[in-house]
Amino acid sequence: MATSEQSLRRKRLDRGIKARADTIFAVASYREILYLMLPRLVPVGLLLVMPLLLQGYWNKVLVYACMYGLLALSWDFLASCGLFSLGQSLFFGIGAYLAGAMNYYLHLPPLVTLPLATITGGIVSALLLSPVMRLRGVYFAMVTLMLPLLLMKVIETTGVFGGTHGLSGLSPLPHDAFAAYLAVIAFLLCMFAFRRIINSDYGLVLMAIRDDDRAVMSGAINIYWRKSQALFISGAVGAFAGALMTHHYQFLGMSTFALDYSILPVAAVALGGQGSFAGAALGSMILVPLSEALRALGGLRIAIYCMVLIVSIIGLPEGIFHFLERKYHQFETVSEVK
Amino acid sequence: MSGDPFLKVEKLTKQFGGVLAVDDVSFELNEGEFVGVIGPNGSGKTTLVNLITGFVQPTSGKVLFKGENITGKMPYTIAEKGIARTFQMVRLFYNLPAYKNLIIPLCSRRVRRLRGGKYGEKDDAAIDLLDDMGFERDSFVPYKTAGSLPHGYLKRLDLARALALRPELLILDELFSGMSMSEVASTLPLIEKFHEEGLTIIMIEHRLKELFRVVDRVMVLNFGEKIADGPPHKVMDSKAVKSAYLGIDVEVESP
Repeated sequence: MATSEQSLRRKRLDRGIKARADTIFAVASYREILYLMLPRLVPVGLLLVMPLLLQGYWNKVLVYACMYGLLALSWDFLASCGLFSLGQSLFFGIGAYLAGAMNYYLHLPPLVTLPLATITGGIVSALLLSPVMRLRGVYFAMVTLMLPLLLMKVIETTGVFGGTHGLSGLSPLPHDAFAAYLAVIAFLLCMFAFRRIINSDYGLVLMAIRDDDRAVMSGAINIYWRKSQALFISGAVGAFAGALMTHHYQFLGMSTFALDYSILPVAAVALGGQGSFAGAALGSMILVPLSEALRALGGLRIAIYCMVLIVSIIGLPEGIFHFLERKYHQFETVSEVK
Repeated sequence: MSGDPFLKVEKLTKQFGGVLAVDDVSFELNEGEFVGVIGPNGSGKTTLVNLITGFVQPTSGKVLFKGENITGKMPYTIAEKGIARTFQMVRLFYNLPAYKNLIIPLCSRRVRRLRGGKYGEKDDAAIDLLDDMGFERDSFVPYKTAGSLPHGYLKRLDLARALALRPELLILDELFSGMSMSEVASTLPLIEKFHEEGLTIIMIEHRLKELFRVVDRVMVLNFGEKIADGPPHKVMDSKAVKSAYLGIDVEVESP
């Protein structure tokens, strides 16, 4: 065994085609076009076909996965400008309550409440968190962890918006397939939009704020205004997920502020890989169906779920997506050492 | 506004606990002046820069820029008004390509206003600036990640980032520290050129020989107090300065 290890050596090489340059897309052949397009087209195609293939329960799981995916994307976006939140359920709950209340009290149809809840949800989230934007790292995380719990207690004690019983009998989305497609398309759009934003100059400034905010301030950039813009974008995406969920289940309750919606997106990003958005999307597409598939196991479900997470985080700390991406761009040869 | 001095610092004081880092410092600066600030280590030079640029809030005193009170304003507001600075310990984005470091000031409202509403071509503008700084545009240097460049380049990159703001007042905080003789020799003419083009510069420096070649006026700080202010040779002849640098009763030739 020892001798064979000495005489064989694995070589890893990056694929040296021009298409891998940052800005120049010099594509010469179908092979190169496919090399570039397939990793994007295959997941998009799969997701677009899914709503047709899946029926009933698994269709709901798909919508659920997309909603967690949106939350994970919004978490990743905030993290890219240095705001590590533990409270995505704040955005989710705000969106859910805005959409639910508008529908229940004002009888607005879902197609009106969805965009309204998205925009006002973003504004409310940004306003709620703007006093703590100056906090960084664990302090910001703690405040975001507390805020949804605080709102939950306020609703419980004062009994506004149905209190502990919630509001039921909200108008559903026109059709189940419509809901599924809305979720999938919003999820894909959000992912590609975020990837584009973060690669633009605007995204460059956001990431620079994460790396060194004093250097950005000396460049005459109002970092707090930029951070509140990031909070608005992230909050709007989270609020959209909440609003969609409310109408899909035709029910609104305090559980929208539950810890699940804060922790699971972070777990999905940890599993998929941070910083690329595709990692967050992949992570949630793995975690949510996995959690549903394990439901048959009863009590052991959470234990196994946790084991999968722990093993993947120890084994692949960079995240599944970054691992796959690296492997895709490399080829390995085994050569003999003489 | 013509009656107001370009920069006016009035009785500026900063206390860190029991330490007076800057003690009752006042001075005025005219437009187009080139002023050096020197002093032994810990004499409050960097704190003075931090106070003027808003990174540190003063305990008391005022800073007026073109007659406008900028005391206690946020650093980005002060930068927006046209005061740019470099950092003694360079603060750059090491995992970005060198020229991308300049995109951040180029994204600011000030630059957008001064460039006349042109939004695009930020990358080109960044490369142009770096070319002036001696990063040859046709070489790979501007495109390498900042972290892989030698220290002298990083200092010049920091300078380029300050200049990208198109400042009216430039504050250089020990630009030459850690630079080699040849790097200093190539950077000094650049700074002189900017001064000749009308930029007002405050330069904090420990390399007195190079400093005295370019500045019109020198201020000396010691334990936070301004102990001398005037033309270089006069300042170095004063007794207070000699004692601050070398201890009392030493005869030195002025450099």
